[in-house]
Amino acid sequence: MIPTMLHLLAHPFIRIVIALVLTMAFVGVMGLVLVYAERKVAGFIQRRPGPFEVGPHGILQSLADAGKLVGKQLVRPFDADPFLFWAAPILSLAPVVVCFLPIPFGPTLTGMQINVGLVLILAFSGLNTLALCLAGWGSANKYSLLGSARAVSQSVAYEIPLLLAVLAIAFQSGSLDLTEITLTQRRSVLSWNVWVQPLAFLIFFVSLVAETNRAPFDLPEAESELTAGFHTEYSGMGFGLFFLAEYTYMIVGCAVASCLFLGGWEGPVADGHWWFLAKTFGLLLAMMWFRWTYPRVRFDQLLNVCWKWLIPLGLANLVVTALVIKVVG
Amino acid sequence: METAASRSIGDYYTRHFAAEQSVEKTEGETLILNIGPQHPATHGVLRLVVEMDGEYIRRCEPVLGYIHRMHEKMGENRTYTQYLPNMGRVDYLHALAWNWAWVGAVERLMGIVVPERAEIIRIITCELNRISSHLLWWGAYLLDLGAFTPIVYAFADRERIMDILQTVTGSRLTYCYYRIGGVGTDIPPDFCGMVRDFIAYFRSRLPMYHDLVTDNIILRGRCEDIGVLPSETARSYGATGPVLRGSGVAYDVRRAEPYSLYDRFAFEIPVGDSGDAMDRYRVRMAEMEQSLAIIEQAMDRLPQGPVMAPDLPERIIPPRGETYFAVEGARGKIGVYVLSDGSPIPYRVKLRAPGFSNLHVFAELAVGCLLADALSILGSLDLVIPEIDR
Amino acid sequence: MAMVAKTLKRLWSLVVGLEVTGKEFFKPWLTVHYPRQQVGNLDTYRGHIELVPRDDNPAIPRCIMCSRCQDICPSRCISIAFHPVENGERTPKPLWLNPGIVSPGSHGAPPAPERIERVLDRFDLNYSLCSLCGLCVQNCPVAAIRFSRHVYFCGTSRQDFSIDLLERMKRGNGTKPHPE
Repeated sequence: MIPTMLHLLAHPFIRIVIALVLTMAFVGVMGLVLVYAERKVAGFIQRRPGPFEVGPHGILQSLADAGKLVGKQLVRPFDADPFLFWAAPILSLAPVVVCFLPIPFGPTLTGMQINVGLVLILAFSGLNTLALCLAGWGSANKYSLLGSARAVSQSVAYEIPLLLAVLAIAFQSGSLDLTEITLTQRRSVLSWNVWVQPLAFLIFFVSLVAETNRAPFDLPEAESELTAGFHTEYSGMGFGLFFLAEYTYMIVGCAVASCLFLGGWEGPVADGHWWFLAKTFGLLLAMMWFRWTYPRVRFDQLLNVCWKWLIPLGLANLVVTALVIKVVG
Repeated sequence: METAASRSIGDYYTRHFAAEQSVEKTEGETLILNIGPQHPATHGVLRLVVEMDGEYIRRCEPVLGYIHRMHEKMGENRTYTQYLPNMGRVDYLHALAWNWAWVGAVERLMGIVVPERAEIIRIITCELNRISSHLLWWGAYLLDLGAFTPIVYAFADRERIMDILQTVTGSRLTYCYYRIGGVGTDIPPDFCGMVRDFIAYFRSRLPMYHDLVTDNIILRGRCEDIGVLPSETARSYGATGPVLRGSGVAYDVRRAEPYSLYDRFAFEIPVGDSGDAMDRYRVRMAEMEQSLAIIEQAMDRLPQGPVMAPDLPERIIPPRGETYFAVEGARGKIGVYVLSDGSPIPYRVKLRAPGFSNLHVFAELAVGCLLADALSILGSLDLVIPEIDR
Repeated sequence: MAMVAKTLKRLWSLVVGLEVTGKEFFKPWLTVHYPRQQVGNLDTYRGHIELVPRDDNPAIPRCIMCSRCQDICPSRCISIAFHPVENGERTPKPLWLNPGIVSPGSHGAPPAPERIERVLDRFDLNYSLCSLCGLCVQNCPVAAIRFSRHVYFCGTSRQDFSIDLLERMKRGNGTKPHPE
């Protein structure tokens, strides 16, 4: 009986299903944790406590927020196309769960070892752009339209430097599989890719902040300009899904960054998933730090940074990497 | 063909605005957007009807009146003393300057001489109020630009100023402290210590503000070469205050038409050279430092004595006549015109709000701008809409 | 080369900004964590006005019912009712716009008991209209009104803010500003 069950568990399809279920649980929990962490970080930077009342030191605040969002009425504006309007938040969150499959949380903790894992992640996170587009158009609101127009051009623009940075690492490691890339950094802390390719790391991180619409690149949801940008008309869980999707894309991006550049699950002592989580959290905290420090970059300046700085630098980095690999072998 | 004007969109203002839509563009290429009156970045209930071509603004028209509270009419129904609380509410951020404008006008009409101690107290409190107004402007401007932290730091510093002014006036925002002939109450004994402590503390905070914000490349990108206001345009609109000084015109009421004892104090008038939003920003940051210098000098010169003019008449009944008294507020030249007909109640009160002239500069500067730039310009003008609507 | 140096310098400003917020992260909170903590300077903040009782008879206010406070209030918050004692003359009640009251009046002692001709029946404050300007406090010739310490004041209906100040004075003018 038991051997049959274990045999069943080893079946790849079952393995994927289990991985997806665990991923969704992980996403849910991390969403709650990150919302709390963001508000606490914001509070401490601003010399105030942050959430404090719900649960000891406000630990249960995220649950209260989630409960509030679930309990709110789902309102659709009169002119809004119902299919597009409701498809947008779902389209925003659904693909990102898949993105967690190729990411190696630990030496054996991978949802599915895919030899083109990076391509999978980049492809599915590109679907977010479509979701923003649908949200803006389907809201029948001029502010939303402006917000989503900005979001689409921002996302499309910053895909390229992201890709260039990732390609440089792929060239260097010889593989698109995240597990293999992590294994190439196995030797020591000094063999992490961030020391070898610091420019790629910077480009990747900046592009990640832009792709996830985080400050200082958060024009699509610029509160003070467009009231709320593309998600103005969403209430309750519709907004909740967008919110959760934003945090989840952040997690995916930081997880990928820690695999590509910071050595994944490896650490100076005791390799394991704890190092991976620590590095991911560290990068997430850095993203939060950026948010509460910088003002917003104007839209054309944002695209300028992409087209005039990040893409040329990314290309140059790629060419140099390729040459070095050719020469050194 | 159905035009925007014939379709019943929006209200009267939007239709009227839409009727002037440019005829070269076919219908649908430009978007008419209402920014406000409920909007996080319009600093009050300001409504801007803009015609947008994508992200660029082609035309803009501010619509006022959403917070018109008839202050000038109230002036015709209250005695000169009863009108004092109104002045704190016109521009609540620099309430003491409006207080001063009113009592100054009445004192000028009646020929009342204010004792020196009261003058110095007025100067100290008004300059403290100016610093708190500029701090709020700084925080709110950065909030508009997307930085959520500086406003909290600014408010922490404002708390100290509000605590100081609370011990003197009993209020934290809408002060009704000055009286015709002096100030309401004398300063408490711990006032001088508190002010000196604040000066030292604030001087140590300003470098942090410059590190965090002024030198930040992102802010520079949002403010430099944005909303360049030529000095001639500024003068023709009657703009005053940092808006005018940012364009290079060194006009400050405290120097041009000195009132009270300002001619005895040494302070500089910061002036910008190109008239962009960054210059207006720098002018206000420099003004905060100049206010600190004025307060320090005033603290050293605080004499003993009464805080109300002696031998005030039992009833304030100015002789028939008119007068205009102007002070330098945080936003510009605040003016009060009073016309007295010899009765205890003014015949006409006219309040000159600096924001009114500064706002209309925006309609001209916003043309051809991106929406994000337009909001940056609006923030750099430091508008308080209740002052504009009165 | 100068361009590169300039760009690096500008990018350094971003690092400096992070340093500032990073340091602020570890500094103590500036906010007063109500209700675990209280603000320290509430005694200089104006609460609504209250009547001052006489020193010799705390059940009677110092008020001499001259109506200066009622007349000078810009918002017409105060309403006073009084009646003359049996042998005194009835003085006509002045109009609310009795003009020209200047601030401040002279602060003196209340009239001696044998010269009191009036008895205060009601002294009501409509706090919904009051702007805490202080003109009434300053104009009272006998310092019979002062600002109370009733700062933490909340109510659930408009009637909660229509305060019977005479009753309040007789009940001791409230003692603490903080909620129980």
